[in-house]
Amino acid sequence: MSPEALREIARNMVETVPQASALGFKLLSIEPSRGSIMTPWREDLVGDPDTGVIAGGVITALLDHACGLAIISTSSDGVTPFSTATLDLRIDYMRAATPRADIIAVSHCYKLTRSIAFVRAHAYDVDPADPIATAQAAFVLKRGPVA
Amino acid sequence: MSEAAERLKIFLGRVPYVRFLGMRAELAGDEMTATLPFAPHLVGNTVMPALHGGALGAFMEMTALAQLSVTSPASRVHKTIDISIEYLRPGKAQFTYARADVRKVGRQFANVHVEAWQEARSKPVAFLRGHFLLREG
Repeated sequence: MSPEALREIARNMVETVPQASALGFKLLSIEPSRGSIMTPWREDLVGDPDTGVIAGGVITALLDHACGLAIISTSSDGVTPFSTATLDLRIDYMRAATPRADIIAVSHCYKLTRSIAFVRAHAYDVDPADPIATAQAAFVLKRGPVA
Repeated sequence: MSEAAERLKIFLGRVPYVRFLGMRAELAGDEMTATLPFAPHLVGNTVMPALHGGALGAFMEMTALAQLSVTSPASRVHKTIDISIEYLRPGKAQFTYARADVRKVGRQFANVHVEAWQEARSKPVAFLRGHFLLREG
């Protein structure tokens, strides 16, 4: 598959899936087995009204979605796991996200078997070296040709 | 309204993200059941259609925080340290329910298990285990 075609699939996944679009996700990058997504801070997504810190749930959805993106981006031969379902997802919240800052999630699918993908991801806002949260996940693959 | 129900109502009303999800919760005595009505913006797979794993996880995390707002009242929202989610079945385009079981409350931390289901509680859709840092007062 051409990089352009893969990028189009990735963009659809990141920007048109209803939950992703409702949260304002934007595709930043895609490369083999890796991807990154940005989501903007929004008042209606705040989880701590005293500080304006965004809800953990937004980070959970962002990391989960970024993991799915890393799996899609493992495709190199036109056959890709076109559908994935999360089996388990572990998230550590290291610190509160900075209010009013965009959040970026970076993911890496480090192992793909016939039926399972193992993925790591982390989210940060201002400084890439100072993560907000990290994720470790396993996904079930439903393989098939790309539509 | 009981003091506990009052605390729950304040929590649900204060957190903007609760409104974004469309989540509700009710107390029966000291047992809280949270409800997530289906809404198109929660979908993660339009073909099935199925709820987004992140939205389901977020709902369960919020269920834990809502339960803690009742059992460990504080003026601020407690802070999530870590969560571990297990997905058992796809979340269908229908109502989802969740209950949180506070397994341990220490001076600083709480350990909470959450179970989410749809048609029948005997067929859970997902589980969440989490640790939460408790705010004082």
